[in-house]
Amino acid sequence: MAVTRTFSADEKDLTIAISGRFDFAAHQEFRDAYERVEHTPTRYTVDLKNATYLDSSALGMLLLLRDHAGGDHARIAIINSSSDVQKILAISNFNKLFDIS
Amino acid sequence: MNMSTEVAQGPLTVLIADDNMTDRMLLSSIVRRQGHSVITAGDGLEAVRVFAEQRPQLVLLDAMMPVMDGFAAAREIKRLAGEALVPIIFLTSLSEEQALVRCLEAGGDDFLAKPYNQVILAAKIKAMDRLRRLQATVLEQRDQIARHHGYLLNEQRVAKAVFDQVAHSGCLDSPNIRYLQSPYALFNGDLLLAAFTPAGDMHVLLGDFTGHGLPAAVGAMPLAEVFYGMTAKGYGLQETLREMNAKLKRILPVDMFCCATLLSLSFQRGIVEVWSGGMPEGYLLRGDSGERVPLVSRHLPLGVLSPARFEDRTDVWPLAVGDRVLLLTDGVIEATNADEELFGVERLLAALGERNAQGEVFDSVLSALSAFRGEYRDDFSMAELAMVQPDYLKPPALIYSDSGQSSPLDWSSSFEFRAETLKRFNPLPFLMHMLQEIHGLRPQSGALYSVLAELYSNALEHGVLGLDSELKRDARGFAQYYEQRNTRLTQLDEGYVRLHLHVRREGEGGRLVIRVEDSGRGFDARKALATPARERGLSGRGIHLIRQLSQNASWADDGRSAQVEFAWEQQG
Repeated sequence: MAVTRTFSADEKDLTIAISGRFDFAAHQEFRDAYERVEHTPTRYTVDLKNATYLDSSALGMLLLLRDHAGGDHARIAIINSSSDVQKILAISNFNKLFDIS
Repeated sequence: MNMSTEVAQGPLTVLIADDNMTDRMLLSSIVRRQGHSVITAGDGLEAVRVFAEQRPQLVLLDAMMPVMDGFAAAREIKRLAGEALVPIIFLTSLSEEQALVRCLEAGGDDFLAKPYNQVILAAKIKAMDRLRRLQATVLEQRDQIARHHGYLLNEQRVAKAVFDQVAHSGCLDSPNIRYLQSPYALFNGDLLLAAFTPAGDMHVLLGDFTGHGLPAAVGAMPLAEVFYGMTAKGYGLQETLREMNAKLKRILPVDMFCCATLLSLSFQRGIVEVWSGGMPEGYLLRGDSGERVPLVSRHLPLGVLSPARFEDRTDVWPLAVGDRVLLLTDGVIEATNADEELFGVERLLAALGERNAQGEVFDSVLSALSAFRGEYRDDFSMAELAMVQPDYLKPPALIYSDSGQSSPLDWSSSFEFRAETLKRFNPLPFLMHMLQEIHGLRPQSGALYSVLAELYSNALEHGVLGLDSELKRDARGFAQYYEQRNTRLTQLDEGYVRLHLHVRREGEGGRLVIRVEDSGRGFDARKALATPARERGLSGRGIHLIRQLSQNASWADDGRSAQVEFAWEQQG
């Protein structure tokens, strides 16, 4: 499991990429990725291209990010999710909270 | 770290056993000069006795002694020391390998050749003391872990006992329910509850909190409290769901939520109402056709959305006797075997195809799981519910705490519920609460509740919302009907349901007259009552139920006004 983050050139977009298992072990790193920042981004992207697995605590972490980013006003995209990961997100109906592709 | 005095560094008490008095005194003075206190013995037997009495922390032992030699003494001292490490350094002028090996085999930790080298002796005592303290720390921590583990198990046992009382205060033991939950499912975050409504419907909740252990268990109590409280008062699924969601949203941290399926089985009306958020598909299994209807999660889990954004829309399906509903947590599908394969939906569906003589799939799923894994870990929950005849189950009688001396027996009351209220408010629990003050009515409260519920939903659905009962003739129309109901209710901006209650004394007993009026177009009650059940399909059950359960049921004003009566012979 590894969490990396990238800011866009104008520092308005923050992309957090997760590789390996996205579960409770990623908790601190994932939080640090959006809490320990010098600029407050307006948009967030969670890139799951290299995420192999996602459990319910990962769903909880996504909710924490959403809360941090402004709750109902948050703009968060979840991209590159595999079909297995999409299934998990679909069962929980997270498409009602996140822009999932 | 908090260490016992045993572990603390400092001067040691050292036992020196040597039959040669000169050697003994020489060694004693060396060791004393290094800051330790010394006790002495002249032979092996005395060494063992002194050790037992004074428990020195380190032993210097001459190998060759009269009465009992050093080897035998070492074994005895090690035995007395038990788990604690009491280092033994053999003092020996022996030099052949075999003799030195014997020293270690007897339990010695090191040896020191005569004549003594003070620097080496000091270094060895220090090194042995380090080992001794390490061993003591390890033992201390092991005991601490064991103690904490004991506490934890006890706390879990108590929490489970309390929780079992709560969980089993419902009706999980009803003959139409089969379920499996691991003894510590609570600590996996799983929750299975069932309870009867006053009308005899059965509400069932299968929930799965995020995470494991105590954090996953804390939400269970408040959820159970809302579930039982509101079910017993006669609230419907939607009000109960809104309340559960609001409560969890309020008390749980942002990253915690509860995936849940909540359903209501109505044995009298032959329907099941389902809400599912974040749970894997459950299944409605048709008894006659073998058809399998997936119960899909349409919502976010409980505790995620604010009360204002929460979606309480339910799906409604017709149910016939012999139909079954299977609910499960993701532990079933995510069960893995030794090769790290998932059990998966395919295997589950294959198992659902194999029903036993009673039409049950419960055992089939369990044996598929155990064939898949060898033996299944019990970190999942599963429940199978059967649709049965209404009189097959005996909901427990309600218990009332008041004496009945102040039963009100001569009053009338009227209510008008208008569009804005009809959208979200369920007046039935409130009305029932009031009617239960009449003790004579209490033995009939199940029938009273059912009739009141039917009258109200007829007035709302066929009257105010103008829904056509004919739609419910077949399963597809049935689904359409409830979709239209949702849509029209959301858009409702005018209309009313009026309820008139009239209570009067009659001899020793009394009589309640209920009249319900609505703002709708009315319907042909006579025709509806005359249609035989075979032609009605799934429609028109309501007014037959009303006729069966109440007295003098009649319709007036082209069906816009319905009236029923309940009489009782004497005070309850």
